[in-house]
Amino acid sequence: MTDIDNSNINITHLARLGRLAIAESNHANTTQELENIIAMIDAMQSVNTDGIEPLSHPLDSEQLLRADVVSESVSRETFQKDAPRTEDGYYLVPRVVD
Amino acid sequence: MNWESVIGLEIHVQLATNSKIFSGASTSYGAEPNAQACAVDLGLPGVLPVLNERAIEMAIKFGLAIGAKINLHSVFDRKNYFYPDLPKGYQISQFETPIVGEGSIVIALEDGQERTVGITRAHLEEDAGKSIHDLFPGQTGIDLNRTGTPLLEIVSEPDIRTSKEASAYFRQMHTLVRYLQICDGNLAQGSMRCDANVSVRPYGQEEFGERTEIKNINSFRFVERAIDYEIGRQIDVLESGGIIERETRLFDPDRDETRSMRSKEFSEDYRYFPDPDLLPLTFSQALVDKIALTLPELPDAKRARYIEEFGLSEYDARSLSADLDRSDYFEAVVNTCNNSKQATNWIMGDLSAYLNRNNLEISASPVSAQQLAVLISRLDDQTLSSKTAKALFDGLWNKADSEQSVDDLISEMNLAQVSDDGELTGIVEQLIADNPGQFEELRNGKDKMLGFFVGQVMKMTQGKANPQQVNEIIRAKL
Amino acid sequence: MAVEKFTSLRDMSAALAAGEYSSVDLTNAHLDDIEQRNTNTNSFITIAREHALNQAQRADEQRAKGDATPLTGIPIAHKDIFCTEGLLTTCGSKMLSNFHAPYNATVVDRLNAAGVVTVGKTNMDEFAMGSSNETSFFGPVANPWDRSLVPGGSSGGSAAAVADGLVACATGTDTGGSIRQPAALCGVTGLKPTYGRISRYGMIAFASSLDQAGPMTRSAEDTGLMLSYMAGFDPRDSTSANREDEWLRAIAHQGIPKLDQPLTIGLPKEYFDNLANAQIIEAAQAELAKNGHKFKEVSLPHTKAAIPTYYVLASAEASTNLSRYDGVRYGHRCENPTSLQDLYERSRNEGFGEEVKRRILTGTYTLSVGYFDAYYIKAQKIRRLIANDFSKAFEEVDLLLAPTCPTPAFSLNEHAKDPIAMYQQDLYTVPTSLAGLPALSVPCGFVNNLPIGMQLIGPAFREDTILCVAAQFQQATDWHKRHPGESA
Repeated sequence: MTDIDNSNINITHLARLGRLAIAESNHANTTQELENIIAMIDAMQSVNTDGIEPLSHPLDSEQLLRADVVSESVSRETFQKDAPRTEDGYYLVPRVVD
Repeated sequence: MNWESVIGLEIHVQLATNSKIFSGASTSYGAEPNAQACAVDLGLPGVLPVLNERAIEMAIKFGLAIGAKINLHSVFDRKNYFYPDLPKGYQISQFETPIVGEGSIVIALEDGQERTVGITRAHLEEDAGKSIHDLFPGQTGIDLNRTGTPLLEIVSEPDIRTSKEASAYFRQMHTLVRYLQICDGNLAQGSMRCDANVSVRPYGQEEFGERTEIKNINSFRFVERAIDYEIGRQIDVLESGGIIERETRLFDPDRDETRSMRSKEFSEDYRYFPDPDLLPLTFSQALVDKIALTLPELPDAKRARYIEEFGLSEYDARSLSADLDRSDYFEAVVNTCNNSKQATNWIMGDLSAYLNRNNLEISASPVSAQQLAVLISRLDDQTLSSKTAKALFDGLWNKADSEQSVDDLISEMNLAQVSDDGELTGIVEQLIADNPGQFEELRNGKDKMLGFFVGQVMKMTQGKANPQQVNEIIRAKL
Repeated sequence: MAVEKFTSLRDMSAALAAGEYSSVDLTNAHLDDIEQRNTNTNSFITIAREHALNQAQRADEQRAKGDATPLTGIPIAHKDIFCTEGLLTTCGSKMLSNFHAPYNATVVDRLNAAGVVTVGKTNMDEFAMGSSNETSFFGPVANPWDRSLVPGGSSGGSAAAVADGLVACATGTDTGGSIRQPAALCGVTGLKPTYGRISRYGMIAFASSLDQAGPMTRSAEDTGLMLSYMAGFDPRDSTSANREDEWLRAIAHQGIPKLDQPLTIGLPKEYFDNLANAQIIEAAQAELAKNGHKFKEVSLPHTKAAIPTYYVLASAEASTNLSRYDGVRYGHRCENPTSLQDLYERSRNEGFGEEVKRRILTGTYTLSVGYFDAYYIKAQKIRRLIANDFSKAFEEVDLLLAPTCPTPAFSLNEHAKDPIAMYQQDLYTVPTSLAGLPALSVPCGFVNNLPIGMQLIGPAFREDTILCVAAQFQQATDWHKRHPGESA
């Protein structure tokens, strides 16, 4: 069994990673909820998994490939019909500074 | 203090597939913005990636060429971060298990010395789109055509010690991927880009200094300049008592300097994990063996063969074999004219000069290999003199027509050597009659005068007389 | 001409073939009924009258040409998680409340090719995250058996629409029980096929290694019919299974075959510990025993770990599957973003509901540096142990019988404030999801006038086994024929 220190969930950092603006006033609440969920999840730590290979997929088989053929024709107009903001075929976002 | 720099490069090679790595959209360059981004590339809801088998074959080919271990089992991971040119909010890449493991490559330095650079790994991933910052006021325009173009990211060991070695390594990698025909090698279009990890340490020190990463360098020259600047900057910081911070920097070719990218107050955590949309990639050793059979002659082997088979110098052999198009051209010329010495001289001399002057690649040469070969043959059979050959070359260049018959053009330009004995004898006799004094001197053993007479004949025939033949006619008159 | 409510797919198919009514008639009748009664349950987000009538028209033409399948002209509904060209596809979220997919999900394409008529898109928990249909941006769905109760989730709209007789079939998706649990709570038959059986292309992803589409109908027979048209390898989904099963094609025309011999049915003992309504499953067991089936207790020792394991894996996958909703290319964008950061954070904060954000945060946390091995890798290892439990059990038995849910339908708001209590709804459905196995929920009794479902779980790609047993059970019982409004 592994001991994990969950005592300091940094909600600001997690929200930033997930690009979710969580209001300051909700931080305590959200942290509490997350702590409860993590505590529920931690029940699995008691399972002995020594020598067990992770299973990433129930199919547990190999990947099928596609031939190198151009099969998609692109209608930019269709794809951009519902786009929030475009100009001259570009999607626009507020100016990014590197 | 004396400092030593330690450099590692990550080279991103766009693989020359027809379609994208995970979608059936075209990879061709230069389309209207977003006209080549399909639903999968745009990360629309519900779409799924399906891996392009050609990208796998190309990665295997590369791995074999650098003597690397090919991993028969590899996994695609998601690298999570937000950026507008990354539609899904993650890049599909390979983190823990790349398709190509450790290998190495030999580079040659300007002084002819060779060095081996270790390759840590090479993995497959998808390219991102492009952000255009200067087209719309206050806005960044996003073009996702490049999204999903297959990339092979080749990571070197920190084996490189100077900026010159770094650019030699980049060039050698360029040569190799062109040989393997897995990349078009077009640096200007971004088909090969590199990131340089740079650190410095006092000479003799075992451990590495803290490093910085210079992103997105897209020319051989810039690699050198960016690294030189960064080495200098780091030494300045350290010598004035500062410390180097691990950070990402950008090279600004206009100012010839690197600058820090974005503030580092927030560190991205990429949260790599196996992409659940893609099962593990598994293939057989038999496939690897099959691909091994398709490997072309590699640059080192070709260079050795040029020395051995054609008697070329090390320098010429390296130069001609460094570029696949160039070596293909060379071999096409030699195969037809059987004169490797002349072929070398013409390609390294006049052809290179003309190409450089006009900023052309050899693949776009207006004079075809076939035409150059015939030109050389006409030199060999003395139809042409070295002077008329140059005129002919210039004529072929200007015609820029690979269908143009070389012999027709020789007639058309009236460049064939006059080798009619009667005609030449007549000219010589006339000259002797006009210059009795000079002829007398020649007769008395003043050999310099022979040059005078030959020169005059050449002048009168506009250089078309065969000097050898003229020589003989004059001597016979003595 | 009157179209009788609660007619089965098979009967409609026969009536269409016999010319008793046209698809246009049938479709009009359905649309009228849906328009009139949808407010009772809020099962539909989109009612697609024009689209449906066009399809019905074409279906009738198709039939006139003698080119009909058993599904030609039959009205069905799609869960609003499937992309449908020409119709809104919202996934129950404000984020996609204005999204028109420029393509069809493969499931939609396949059913269209068979000639079905799509009458609308059904309500669901936002991005399929929920077990009560309360997280939908378009409001909760009511359980037709008692409108103060939830229908279950996330395919709650589909379950309620089928149970209420608005359609005979609706598609659903199941990640940890999202077909089976609402099927049980609404008294309908719902199948989660083997992972890979049905293409995921165009089905908006929640957790890619778990998501699987399936049919929700009022009988095993109709479920089998739908499955045979929904299933099949899809080159656009490299996780779809590349296999041909003869029975799958035969079922469409010949129906579910009769079992030619009794089977051994396993009873996983962990599923019966403290089971509240065990007597109902026991009665079903007795009914099945009449056909000569043998029962055997088996153990699935890692059952308890399934919920935590599931929440780690599903949240992790979801947290990155939902990164594409960034307000740049489609979907909700906040007003007047001042910077890229502002655009991302406000668009996502406004576009996603509370449960979705909770799962994104959970998944982000468990994938973070320092926690990845302890959570994600650990969960994948337990996933293998759980899959191994089932493999071992199937060495001894042909299928498993288990409850679908711990309780019948519960009140709106009962668990809404306590996500963890809500997560326990998936106790019996999550293990099969982790193992990728097929599982069918069929109605098997009532408690306080509320339907109860049982699960039949089969080995991978053996949907035929569980469908055969379910069809046999439904031959002998009428639980699946009870409808809301009648006395149970």
